[in-house]
Amino acid sequence: MSEPTEAEIREEVSAWIADNWDPDRGLVEWRNMLVDSGWGVPSWPKQWYGKELNEVLSAAVEREFKRAGAIGVARTGVRMLVAATLHEHGSDLHKEKFLRRILTGEDVWCQLFSEPGSGSDMAAATTRADLRDGKWIVNGQKLWTTSAQHAQYGILLARTNWDVPKHQGLSFFIIDIEQPGVTVQPLKQMNGHASFNQVFFTDAVIEPEFIVEKPGEGWRVATTTLMHERRGATGLGSWGQGSTGKGRAYDEERAEVATVMEPYKWYPQRAGRANWVIERAKETGKNTDPAVRQEIAKVMTLYNTAQWLSNRGRAAARMGRKQGPEGSLGKLIGSHVARAAAHAHTAITGADAMLSGADSPRDGLIAEILVSVPATSIAGGTDEIQRNIIAERVLGMPREANNDTDRPFKDVPRNIVS
Amino acid sequence: MAGKQAGDQISRYSFTDEQEEFRTVLRRFLDDKSPPTEVRRLMATETGWERAGWRELNNQLGLTAIAIPEAYGGQGFGFVELCIVLEETGRALLCAPYFSSAVLATGAILNAGSEEDRQGLLPAIASGETVATLAFTEDNGGWGSDAIEMTATPSGSGYRLDGVKSFVLDGATADLIIVVARRPASSGDDGLGFFVVDATADELEKTPLETMDTTRKLARLQFNGVEAKPLGEGDGAGVAFAKTMQQAAIALASEMVGGAERLRESAVDYAMMRMQFGRPIGSFQAIKHKCADMLVDVELAKAAAYYAAAAAADDDEDLPAIASLAKACVSDAYMKTAIDTIQIHGGIGFTWDNDTHLWFKRAKSSEVFLGDAHYHRELMLRHWDV
Repeated sequence: MSEPTEAEIREEVSAWIADNWDPDRGLVEWRNMLVDSGWGVPSWPKQWYGKELNEVLSAAVEREFKRAGAIGVARTGVRMLVAATLHEHGSDLHKEKFLRRILTGEDVWCQLFSEPGSGSDMAAATTRADLRDGKWIVNGQKLWTTSAQHAQYGILLARTNWDVPKHQGLSFFIIDIEQPGVTVQPLKQMNGHASFNQVFFTDAVIEPEFIVEKPGEGWRVATTTLMHERRGATGLGSWGQGSTGKGRAYDEERAEVATVMEPYKWYPQRAGRANWVIERAKETGKNTDPAVRQEIAKVMTLYNTAQWLSNRGRAAARMGRKQGPEGSLGKLIGSHVARAAAHAHTAITGADAMLSGADSPRDGLIAEILVSVPATSIAGGTDEIQRNIIAERVLGMPREANNDTDRPFKDVPRNIVS
Repeated sequence: MAGKQAGDQISRYSFTDEQEEFRTVLRRFLDDKSPPTEVRRLMATETGWERAGWRELNNQLGLTAIAIPEAYGGQGFGFVELCIVLEETGRALLCAPYFSSAVLATGAILNAGSEEDRQGLLPAIASGETVATLAFTEDNGGWGSDAIEMTATPSGSGYRLDGVKSFVLDGATADLIIVVARRPASSGDDGLGFFVVDATADELEKTPLETMDTTRKLARLQFNGVEAKPLGEGDGAGVAFAKTMQQAAIALASEMVGGAERLRESAVDYAMMRMQFGRPIGSFQAIKHKCADMLVDVELAKAAAYYAAAAAADDDEDLPAIASLAKACVSDAYMKTAIDTIQIHGGIGFTWDNDTHLWFKRAKSSEVFLGDAHYHRELMLRHWDV
């Protein structure tokens, strides 16, 4: 059978939406209908709630949903990264048990990779999982865990073998967060928010069937998750996209988005708010200061060119061309934009930049920019790691020699974490 | 851009297959015709270019004709194709009066000339037979219309030009000179006009200037009552002058990204080859990170130049700001790339025999040519009413 045309798909999906979409239905009930129909995740395999449509056709389906104002499957948080990882590496049991409730939004997931002792060097994880009486027993600590306080499940990277080099001793698990051996504590940041958690494991238990792939293959599985994260499959991008429609389903979706997004309401400030610079300069009158004008122009130049560069990447993808270096540069350029914007906001704000909260301009948001921007060049891969990636993958330059890949992990010097 | 962002139509953000193919052909041609040895040979001559090579460029590829409409003997392509040529000539550091003839003079004639002027002047420029330039800057070195003091006085059926033009690109070798001058006692954009002058006029004194970038020849021209014909009305050309400068800024930005990318490539190549402490210096993070930063600078500069070229082709209403943004952004990036390239080459990068300084000097000269980054950032904000 030949591939359906875009027009055919659009007709089919819009007819289905017209027949089924009702904003007064419960959100979970509606999403179960999406899952059963295949229209919720049309790019997924037919066997697992999809229609195996290509990227172009899937995008057309998404546009029809938008046009009709119909709500889609849950996308918040790391759930889509988990789904992508399970598609590639999970067993049928994993897919059967978890995929549907990921899409309906009934289960919240978290990603348990980073640790106090392993940030950029994630493969140096020391949280351990030991097989005792046929069950995996987990001990250790994870850090920077998004949504752990709401989560039912986590994907966990833990060390199961200390006698082999670091990448080879890791395993990938699905862990039930709601058990006595797991403690979740919020972690307060320098900007006052607590967006992430520390998660402690004390003899936490994982049933043997919830390892993903075999023991020692965890790094390969985690790489899949990270690759999807870099491609931007994470739901944080859907900031503020809860719709404004009326009806039970809309209300429930708004509540879902609000819960997940609450800890991240400072993210637009973290990115620097370059788009406020001109407006703010006019407000404070600093637009007449020639030195400040130069700073403003520099930020706006960077802000616009960054946008154009990323648009070039998107245009190339849409034309089916080979991806240029654009995709690898965005993260690092984002740091430059944020820093330049914070610098300009300081110059524009003057003495008021010493204030915070209600005493600071824009009800504290200017102060929030100034104390949030340092996160941009660290979170999701530091600027230094980004430069390594650019130099090695785009420019083809050699890796710097490692100290830790030629010996058992137990012999590698590492951080002492209390 | 400041609320006036053009839609994200694909043509703003990508080249067509034909344009990419054109670039490939051009790069191959220029690799062959303008290797560094040829650049070094020509830059050491007083004229800086030769008729034979110029003819080849025009007979084989019709490069000067590229953006001239077919009605005036051109190839009828657009501004984007012109900018592709400039990116490649900038990459090859081609020694030819291309910027003066195909960008400055052609731009002035298209923007300010009457139909008759275009019919009369453009075909010979398009074929390369006539090399033309635009004389607008003066001894004061200002780039805007307010810096133009030279007067054009009505005389007989035409005008008489008196005064000095300086920093004129290929001013000592062009056959035809288009001069920007003003009605006596006018100022700013008011009373500005373009005038056509035969470069062999007796009353015209041409003095080549010693340039730091010897691939870019400049001259000082003294006009002692030189007879001139007006282009268009010979008055009220303020808008045409501004537009010519905006297009030139974008063309220069394109030329600069070509050079910057070549430097960036040479720096990475060298870092991979140069051995110290028993390993290529390109394996040290200090060097890798610098190279990654250079790629970021050059790719952002390319995004600016490409967007600006497409905006010029569309005659975008925000063109004045986009042109200034591109000039400022790219000239900063080119200069920084040139400095970093020398740094990565170490001592050898500071020698005359290493080619880096040829592009370094072009970057330095381009930093100020048509107005430096501070000047253009200010123009950009004014256009945005900041």
